[in-house]
This record gives sequence, C-alpha cells and structure tokens, in this order.
Amino acid sequence: MNLLQWAIDPWGKIVPIHIAWFLIWVAAIAGLLFVIVHAIYVRYFAKPRQFRPDPVPIDPAKIPAYVPRHSLVARAFHWIMAASMFTLLFTAFLPKVGIQFDWVTYHWLAGAVLTVSVVFHIFHASFFLDFWSIWPDKIDLRDAQRRILRFMGKPVPPPERFAKYPLENKLYHGAIIVAGLSVIVTGVFMMSRVRTIFFPRNPYLFSDMSWGMMYVLHGLAGVGLIALIMVHVYFGIRPEKRPITKSMIFGWMSRDFYLEEHDPNRWVIKIPASSQTSTGAKAED
Amino acid sequence: MAVIRDVMPAFELYQPSSVADAQKLLEQHGPDAWVLAGGMDSFDWLKDRIKKPKAVVDLSGIEELKGVRGVDDGIEIGAMTTLTEVVNNPIIKQKYDLLAQAAELVASPQIRNQGTLGGNVSQDARCWYYRAGWPCYRAGGNICYADTPQGRNREHAILHADRCVAVNPSDSAPALIALDAKFVIRTPKGERMVDAEDYFIGPDIDITRLHILQPGDLLTAIRIPSAWAGAKFYFEKIRDRNVWDFPLLNVASAMVVSGGTIERVRIAVNGAAARPLRLKAVEDAVRGKRPNAATGEMAGKLAVQGAVPLQFNAYKIPLMRNLVKRAIAGVEEAS
Repeated sequence: MNLLQWAIDPWGKIVPIHIAWFLIWVAAIAGLLFVIVHAIYVRYFAKPRQFRPDPVPIDPAKIPAYVPRHSLVARAFHWIMAASMFTLLFTAFLPKVGIQFDWVTYHWLAGAVLTVSVVFHIFHASFFLDFWSIWPDKIDLRDAQRRILRFMGKPVPPPERFAKYPLENKLYHGAIIVAGLSVIVTGVFMMSRVRTIFFPRNPYLFSDMSWGMMYVLHGLAGVGLIALIMVHVYFGIRPEKRPITKSMIFGWMSRDFYLEEHDPNRWVIKIPASSQTSTGAKAED
Repeated sequence: MAVIRDVMPAFELYQPSSVADAQKLLEQHGPDAWVLAGGMDSFDWLKDRIKKPKAVVDLSGIEELKGVRGVDDGIEIGAMTTLTEVVNNPIIKQKYDLLAQAAELVASPQIRNQGTLGGNVSQDARCWYYRAGWPCYRAGGNICYADTPQGRNREHAILHADRCVAVNPSDSAPALIALDAKFVIRTPKGERMVDAEDYFIGPDIDITRLHILQPGDLLTAIRIPSAWAGAKFYFEKIRDRNVWDFPLLNVASAMVVSGGTIERVRIAVNGAAARPLRLKAVEDAVRGKRPNAATGEMAGKLAVQGAVPLQFNAYKIPLMRNLVKRAIAGVEEAS
C-alpha cells in the first residue's frame, strides 16, 4: 500500500507529487470510529467524574451568574476560522471523491482568510489574552496521570478541576496548531503555483522534490484536519459539552457549570468594575 | 517531441460488436479501460507508453455507431462515423455544411479516412509536456510546465486557464456547438443527451479530462437539430502548416440573417481554452445588428475580454479578435 503518489520528473528523478487520495477515507473513517467508540464508552462504561474537593470552599456569591469566557473578538476569530476551514476541506476533498466543481479559487480565497485570521489570532493571543491558558501545565500533566490511573482502578487522589481549558482542549489546540500551520505555510507557497492576486506565478520556486514534499505535507495535514474537525464537531454537540459550545456563541458560561468543571483558583475571573452588568460580567477573552 | 520508447504495452483487447456489449465492458473495467475509436490519438499514447490501460475496447466493429441517419428533427451521426464520411455526406453538405467544412480541415486525408467524429471531439490535449509524460497537473501531478516564463506555450490557452493551460484541439467541436448539436452518451445508469457545449469541461472542473465522459461512459452519437439547417455558416482555422496541423485557433458560426440584420446566431471558438468556447456574450451583442465590419469589430473586442496571454501566445488575442470579426462580418466585409 502506497501512502503517497510518485512520479518521474523531467530530469528522471522519482519525486512524490501528493498523498494517495484513499487517505481521505482513512481519515474520515478514523474520525467516525473515534466518535462511535467514545459515544459508546460515555454512554455505557464511563464512571461519574470526580474532582478533588476545594481545600477552601468557594463562595458562589462571589462568582457572577454569567461567567465571561470568550470575548467578541475571540469568538469572531473562532467562527471565521471555522467557516474558512470547512470551505477549505470541502473545496479540497469533494472533487477528489467525485463531486466536480470550480474549487481552486474558493480554496485559495478561504486559505487567505484562514491565514490572515490565524496571524491575527497569534498576535491577539500573545498580547491581549492569557497566552499560557491554552498550554498544558504541570497540574494538567499530573491530573492526566491520575485520571489514567483511576481509570485503571488504582487508588490515587482525584484530579483537580480544570483551569480555563481542560487538558483535552489544550491537546486538541496543539494538534490544530500543527496541522493548521502545516497547511497554512505550505498553502502560502502553493499559491505561487496558481493565479492569485497575491504573487506572480513561480512554479520553479523550489525543486520538484521540495514541491512534492510540500504537497505531501499539505495533503497529510489536510486529511488530518478531516478527522480533527469531525472530533471537534462531535464534542461541540455532546450534551455535557454544550455549555462550552454555547460560550463560544454568547461569550459566557453559567456559574453552575463554571463551579462544577473549573477551579476558580486556576481560572480566576477578572471582572473590571466598569464592565459589571446586572447579569454578571462581560466576556474576558 | 514525443519519444517512441518501445512497442505498445500489453493490454487485453476487446472487440465488441454492439453498443450494449461495449458499454458492459467499459463498466466492467472502469478506469482501467481505454476506448479505441479511430486510434489517431490513442496509438500516440500507447506507442509512447505514456498511457498503459489494462483493457482496450475497440469500437470499430460496432455497426450501429457508424453512419449518418435522419431523425425526427435533424440528423444523427454515429460516433464512429469517419471524418471523410462526414465531409462527403450529401445531407451534411447541403444542410449543415459548417460541420463538413470543419471536418475537412482536420489533419490529412489519410487521418480523416481513419479518424472518427466521436474521436475528434473526445481527443486529448496536445500540450507536449503532457504528451511527453511529464507529471503535470493534467497527468495527475502538481505543476504546469507550460505556464512558466521559460515554458513553450505558443499554442496554449489565453482564456479560462486554471493551473493547466492546455487547449482543446478539436476542429469539429466548435462547429457542433454552433449547430447546437446534442451528444448522446450511454452511461451505466442509462442514456443521456447533453448539449455540445456541455460535453466539454475545463481544468477548473476536472483538470485531467477535456470532456465529461466518466469511466464506463460511451459517446454513441451526435444529433444535429434542423434549427440551423441552411443557415449562413462560417468556419476558419488558423494553423502553422496548411497541409495538415492542429488549430492554433478556429472559429465556427451559424447565423440567420433576416431583413439585413442578424436574427439568430451561434458562434464558438477553439484553441483558446481547454474547452471550445461558445461566445454567448458575442451572440447577445450582435443579435439585431447588421452583420458588417462595425458589428464584427465590436464582436471581436468582446470575444477577447478577459484574455490572459502567456509568455509566447499573445498573438492569439488579435488572432481571435479578427477571427470572430470575420465570422460575423464575412471575410470581405471584415477586411
């Protein structure tokens, strides 16, 4: 089984040209299998989650009824990125599975939108948000170990409640960074092979081998994103995750959900006095 | 340009005697099958060992695919009818002479004796990078060798290029579009008929094919309605060698003039893009106008709007402009 497609270039060298397209189905089936297995596990086998009790009890009255989670800018970025990502996946892979249409222009336009929005996000997250909140910390790693050991029946203390983002969110974000940056960086170079408004065409920017590797990386990251986005959408619509999805629409989550899932010491709600409202607070990031 | 490497690669040869059998074979072998009509395009590919099909389905023994017959509203030409038969057919000459003119300018007499109408409209691109077996977009790769500053692209596209800049080389295709022909296609799901202009596709839709035929499909006939019978026709082909050559550009038009003005018109060009282009905007613009030099001038300018020349084919823009002008105004009036 050949995972890549190869060709002989004009100089007689064997070069990769892109991934084997059956990998689209492999990614889709892998995503679907994960969803099915996870849904069955949660429905029939998962034990109720337990968190370590707070050493000092939290006074719920000090927590606003609507806990701010995502600012309007952060939400706008998320949905713009989602729209461009879906456009990219559909325009990339539907023609490969037999649905023919004029896809190239839509593809590079969506790619340009994704690139700009991700560059903005990196800048925004670096200077205006809590940059480190999305990266795993020591407590996440320790608690991950505890959760695994408890799953295996070992007598270890329960994990702490989450900071702003559960470890799963953070790992997913990491995977999206790898796959997303791979398609963006390779995609920007690949734009020099088609007619766009950005660059004069220059298909000889790299050697055939380098171009081939670039197409392969673009393809691998692209099919990886099929599975990753299937899993993301699945978690977005799971009942126990809906408050998180809702917060990506409205910007806030309820106090009950916050206290149930998150540790106020690890995720401190900052509410500027001027932002106080009758219902609680404005979104923070 | 092409390098003859060796004898043809081994394949299973099937010689069905009916359309039903041919279609069944094509369906059975799917993408591994190769449809052999007159062989004028096929044998290049096979002898160069660029295409290596596992099964070749030779249609030459299927009588129902041959000949010209009258149907309710016009004529039906079997896909395996040779170009010489098309040129010499009295009904075509009398009523649809545009097609006869176009077919007569295809290649050489020997090739027209062997080449078929179905093969002529379904032939592959002539881009030498592609035909030499280089891994270009059209061959499933990720580059167009012709669309580069150094690429030899004198014969390539000026319109609707999308990564690949190869052009459709058919002479009969624009004539059939101008005559509003319908292509009859046998598919695994049954028979369907498409307008001539919809039979051809560009790289924006599928970069590896010039027409809509999928594995398992078979073009069986071409029907020409009587709507344009006896109209004023114009066909002109520009080529490097007048003895025989593929077109640099060609133009075909069918026009009905009434009271000195253009009542109805259909016009198409080929060699400008990966598919023959019906110039709908030109048709709309000249309808109701006198077929004179001024109208031709306007039509020519309109026809080339949006054209993007490559390094070596800018000449195609004035060439196409003038061909369209001549098709509307006639040679004498246009000059």
